[in-house]
Amino acid sequence: MRFFEYEAREIVKRAGIPVTDYGFTTDAAEAKTIAERIGGPTVIKSQVLTGGRMKAGGVKFADTPDEARQHAEDILQLEINGHWPRGVLVDPKAEVKQEYYAGVVWDGTAKKPLMLFSDMGGIDIEQVAEDHPDHVGRGHFSALEPFHDFQAKQVIAAAGVTGKPLQRLTPVLARLARLFLEGDMLLAEINPLAELTDGSFVALDAHMEMEDEGMPRQKALIKALGIGAEEGTREGHTPTPFEEAVKAIDAADHRGVIQGKDTGFHGNIGLVIGAGGGSLTLTDAVRQQGGKPANYSEIGGNPSVAKACGLAKEVLQKDGVEKIAVMMSIVSNTRVDIVARGVIKACLELGKDPGETIAIFRIPGAWEDEGFKILDKYGIEYCDRSVSLWDAAGRAVAKIQGEVAA
Amino acid sequence: MSILIDENTTFIIQGITGREAVNLTRECLDYGSKIVGGVTPGRKGREVHGVPVFDTVEQVVEHNGGVVPDGSVVTVPPAGTKDAVIEALDAGIKTIVIVTERIPRRDVAAMVEFADQQGARIIGPNCLGLIVPGVAKMGGIGGPAKNAEQAYQPGSVGVMSRSGGMTTEISSTLTAAGLGVSTAVSIGGDAIIGSTYAELMPYFEADPQTEAIVIYTEPGGRMEAQLSAWVKENNSRLPIIAFMAGKFMDDEEMQGMSFGHAGTIVEGKEDSATEKIARLQEAGIPVVERIDEIPDLVKAKIAERSAA
Repeated sequence: MRFFEYEAREIVKRAGIPVTDYGFTTDAAEAKTIAERIGGPTVIKSQVLTGGRMKAGGVKFADTPDEARQHAEDILQLEINGHWPRGVLVDPKAEVKQEYYAGVVWDGTAKKPLMLFSDMGGIDIEQVAEDHPDHVGRGHFSALEPFHDFQAKQVIAAAGVTGKPLQRLTPVLARLARLFLEGDMLLAEINPLAELTDGSFVALDAHMEMEDEGMPRQKALIKALGIGAEEGTREGHTPTPFEEAVKAIDAADHRGVIQGKDTGFHGNIGLVIGAGGGSLTLTDAVRQQGGKPANYSEIGGNPSVAKACGLAKEVLQKDGVEKIAVMMSIVSNTRVDIVARGVIKACLELGKDPGETIAIFRIPGAWEDEGFKILDKYGIEYCDRSVSLWDAAGRAVAKIQGEVAA
Repeated sequence: MSILIDENTTFIIQGITGREAVNLTRECLDYGSKIVGGVTPGRKGREVHGVPVFDTVEQVVEHNGGVVPDGSVVTVPPAGTKDAVIEALDAGIKTIVIVTERIPRRDVAAMVEFADQQGARIIGPNCLGLIVPGVAKMGGIGGPAKNAEQAYQPGSVGVMSRSGGMTTEISSTLTAAGLGVSTAVSIGGDAIIGSTYAELMPYFEADPQTEAIVIYTEPGGRMEAQLSAWVKENNSRLPIIAFMAGKFMDDEEMQGMSFGHAGTIVEGKEDSATEKIARLQEAGIPVVERIDEIPDLVKAKIAERSAA
């Protein structure tokens, strides 16, 4: 789950890291009230789950509360990269003496969380790491043992920072490291982390992303941030009607798992495929042989007839889809006969001839003899494991599009 | 020979009374594996296909005459997995297969770190385990014994795969071509796993039965870069052949979307299929376009090495 800046700052604040006296609102008039309370120049920032808001005009400076209201009004009506803002953040314009970067991510190779720190904040950390490696400190820490502040200190010192900043920044990075683990985060970043001219150190912007798998045990935090269950995991893109429909079918019963996606797919080959790795392999095989998939899907575990039927129906009802290819890598949990019954049922319920509609059925494995018997009855072309995933995909392309790319 | 398990390996199943675990127990027993006990808190005194169930790992060890079993297959729900794995490691169990999906990364990292401290090895999470054809299997890999037998015949090729299903698809292809499989490991599809390709290579290297390695890989993560580095640093006797799925995810329109396994999401340039293929090839690991090309290439590579 990705968080808006106003939420990320709240998370940081709860962890004891100082932030500015900002306010969040969805209302331009209230933006003025917040600016009045702040009493001085302010920054009005669009709250969107996408990058590049500065360039898009989603961040504006205001000298007076009236200007703050005007900017808020404009920004609230500004779409950025296809995202409408959730609201605006009204932030005191900070007198910055020095900008730092503090971040924590997972390192999959080391299998540990990794702290990153730089005294060149405010810009992209990857760029800094490339151009000025001596200005970036790094350090892994344990997910098993308690975190010690000196680990944060070492990372900051490795970036070349000493003196009062080192002393003041150590607890900030230490708290960020702890909140990263305790909050099941995938990313916890403060950029810029600023030293202001008055000598204080504050988080001026923050990015947080929580692992979806951690959400069940982070309910209290999610609730405290005012995030309702209807927001789900805030996927990167808005689900299409097809994606919503498949999700609903999957949620209807607990047996097996089906998934469907069609964002970015524009073809006419309906894919009823599985499992995780098999779906990736088959989608490639269809495309590499000149086929244009209408969708991506995954059948996993041992779904009911209703579930397999539901997925096939949704695929068949997509615009331009006349036929489907039903294919999986060799299965051991999924019952071939159940999937066969499901996809046949889908055709029949839509008034289509299964023998015509199912271009190819290639699911070898558990209960395949029973499955093949049913497929025979309806005159459906099927094959066993002696036909490779590549060749099965090729047959589907040939039957649906009429030709296979050489 | 084999890696990690053999005909004498004993193991337990944690979460043995769950529906999937009951099936898995049946499959492993039928295949010839030695399951010495199961654990489900509160279910002590029951039996699952003749396997006695206990409340704690400690009780299984006691029942087993004080002998610590070699391994454990963990199938408990995600919220309880970390505790179960640490319990097994604390008891001295050295090979853990974690079947459970959707475990938070923090827990996986903690389990892996504790396993390192104990000198133990974790396979998974989110995996189907491992199989030594004709000898034993630990986990749901290959399914019921008769299905497993069909796809997995003993042979010379070691298989490592981020996808459980594709472990079987590839092994079946190797079996059909007469090459067979020495040990096949479903390593799991998550962003952090107990054993990566590079970490398992030394085991295969030490197994005289293994003459070549086939890996199945996907976009996401840096595991292939790690394998490439390992190959460059170690003068391995084993040729490696790779298959990369999910090339379509490199398309502009697919950026930031996740497909397949939890770990299969492109978060940086290095994660993409194109980059990974380039890096593998640079390390001398050919990447085939199709699964059915694998057997001939394996045969050619084995012939090349034995001629050298």
